[in-house]
Amino acid sequence: MTYSRSFFGKLILTPTIAVLLLWIVIPLSLTIYYSFQNYNMLDGSPTGYTGWMNYEFFIFDEAFYDAILNTFLIVLSLLLITVFFGFLFASLLNSDIFLSNFIKLLYISPFLIIPSVSALLWKNLMMDPINGFGTFLLNILNFEGIDFLNEYPLGSIITMLSWTWVPFSTLLILTSLKSIDKTIIESAKIDGANHFQISLFIILPNILRSINIIILIETIFFLAVFAEISIATNGGPGTETTNLPFLIFQKGLQNFDVGESSAGGLIAVVLANFVAIFLIKNMSKNI
Amino acid sequence: MKNLFLIITFFTMSFTAFAEKLTIVSVNNGDMVRMQKLSSDFTKKNPGIELDFQFMEENVLRQKVTLDITNKGGAYDIMTIGMYEAPMWGEKGWLVPMNSLPSKFDIDDILPAVRNGLSHNGVLYASPFYGESSFTMYRVDLFAEKGLIMPDKPTWGEIFKFAKALHNPPEVNGICLRGKAGWGENAAFIGTVANAFGARWVDEKWNPQLTGPAWTHAFSFYVDLVQNYGPKGAANNGFNENLKLFNQGKCAMWIDATVAASFVTNKEESTVYNKVNFALAPSAVTEKGGWLWSWAIAIPAGTKKEAAAKKFIMWATSKDYIKLVAENHGWSNVPPGTRTSTYTNAMYLNNAPFARLTLAAMNAADPSMNGTLKRKPYIGVQFMTIPEFQAIGTEAGRQFSAALAGKKSVSDALESANKSAYKLLKKGGYIK
Repeated sequence: MTYSRSFFGKLILTPTIAVLLLWIVIPLSLTIYYSFQNYNMLDGSPTGYTGWMNYEFFIFDEAFYDAILNTFLIVLSLLLITVFFGFLFASLLNSDIFLSNFIKLLYISPFLIIPSVSALLWKNLMMDPINGFGTFLLNILNFEGIDFLNEYPLGSIITMLSWTWVPFSTLLILTSLKSIDKTIIESAKIDGANHFQISLFIILPNILRSINIIILIETIFFLAVFAEISIATNGGPGTETTNLPFLIFQKGLQNFDVGESSAGGLIAVVLANFVAIFLIKNMSKNI
Repeated sequence: MKNLFLIITFFTMSFTAFAEKLTIVSVNNGDMVRMQKLSSDFTKKNPGIELDFQFMEENVLRQKVTLDITNKGGAYDIMTIGMYEAPMWGEKGWLVPMNSLPSKFDIDDILPAVRNGLSHNGVLYASPFYGESSFTMYRVDLFAEKGLIMPDKPTWGEIFKFAKALHNPPEVNGICLRGKAGWGENAAFIGTVANAFGARWVDEKWNPQLTGPAWTHAFSFYVDLVQNYGPKGAANNGFNENLKLFNQGKCAMWIDATVAASFVTNKEESTVYNKVNFALAPSAVTEKGGWLWSWAIAIPAGTKKEAAAKKFIMWATSKDYIKLVAENHGWSNVPPGTRTSTYTNAMYLNNAPFARLTLAAMNAADPSMNGTLKRKPYIGVQFMTIPEFQAIGTEAGRQFSAALAGKKSVSDALESANKSAYKLLKKGGYIK
């Protein structure tokens, strides 16, 4: 009885597992195959086995180190910014301010804008060194305009991303702030706790779970930032804003070097798995 | 009534089902967009054919077209490609050769430099829509104000002095030059500067020369010039960005593709249309170098709509099309740089003040192996016609823009560009 039930169970699961396997196995094995081939797309087809050359060229490319560093900087700085400002703005929105619902709606709207559109807005309306709003403001204050995207490329990208993602973290932190029982805070006040103590010992432990979720979700997204970089800076100047996904795109679709791009893709898969294992081990305990 | 409507819909639908639909993919430059607006002339003459235009930016176009043609995707029936792709893809048999053309098309009328650049072994693989070289565009009013005189054949040294004298930001920048990374953007332009300083991309044994004295001299000159007397954000400026700046009156000089001339002298687009004059592209150590490019229309091999596609190409690159543009938009706006007959037409010569210089610049450009001061092993003026150049030029362009933005020193940027060029040429089997 048990045997047949488990057999039947396996039977009806088979199609799903088969599709999933195909979904993963076919692209992965093709990528592995191409990563050992000399394949310039302008040649039309792979021209021969090259051994580890593609891996060697990718790893010893200066741009690879820049890309790793930039990926790391983007993730780390954005996590700090979104959590800090998320907490700050959530606390403000949590108090009963005038028209609070309308303000919340306005506040969340950057998160709903498509990344490529927000990149274009920032690039052309805000950060343009001649016609941009930033330059306009600086000129009013009698300063010369700043060429943000060339002088502070990574900072500009991080600014664009913060604009999109701070509302997201605010929203999550706000919901957990709302769920804190007010009577606890009131009784703490009666017991003589000051603001700082209340924040540290009551509010922070309560919102820790949503901060964990924010870190988990955002890390996954920030590792793969692409649209903003591609549109606003195209990875440049030089490699100043090239992160790992953009470098792989660049090798494949700007240089048309399929072999090296595949090798890079596989290296990125390995690195991303390290991060994922670390995250899940450390974070899942707290959720 | 409702039935009648249904019947009409049914009939129109069955008609469209019979009509042959050509998907055309093109770069979003002004001349091409104009062609779409005039295409009703073609569909009127060929009622069985429908046209579907897709316009995109140069870099995106290259990605899409290359992916489609190498994978035999068949998404496009007609593609816009350049002088870089046409001979390489023709050699591989990926394009339908342009032979047995109607005599009315008059293939011998096409400018020889352009025809050669789009051919492989004497067979034309793409029909030129427009052709270009480069020259100097400058503001007559600003030059007169400062009492400066632009010679017919300026040198880079003179250009530097003019830029210094005319630089007056934020109103006017001394000079606008390409800085946006990309092999068809800054790498192409800086390649011509390097040619003028007597440099070449590789020596006769395919060893990259970017760290050599000629390149170092040329590139540090360029960076010095644009950093000091160029607009802010020059490292993000490509052809279209500089065109916008020039038309707003923010550049005293602009050295770029000759095709820009018809836009900067256009009343509707330019605020300085009557204050522009032209001179040849600057030289330095040598007058060899120049610039030669053409956007051309080709048919991918294997399409089932070859006959219709050819009909369209014969229309879009014909003498009649040039006349059609002239009738609708005036002679100065016809697609330049393709046909001898355009340059013998008195109407064109009278209405387009840039015509003679364009022709002279195009004739001076020499894509052959003797085209630079020292002999080179590749074909092409501001690019190398080998599959690896896409990557070499892209990587070099990134380094160039980093140096222009002040993020890297000139020598570091050239060092990096040279290293990646060496790697790519080795991978391609050119360097043993």
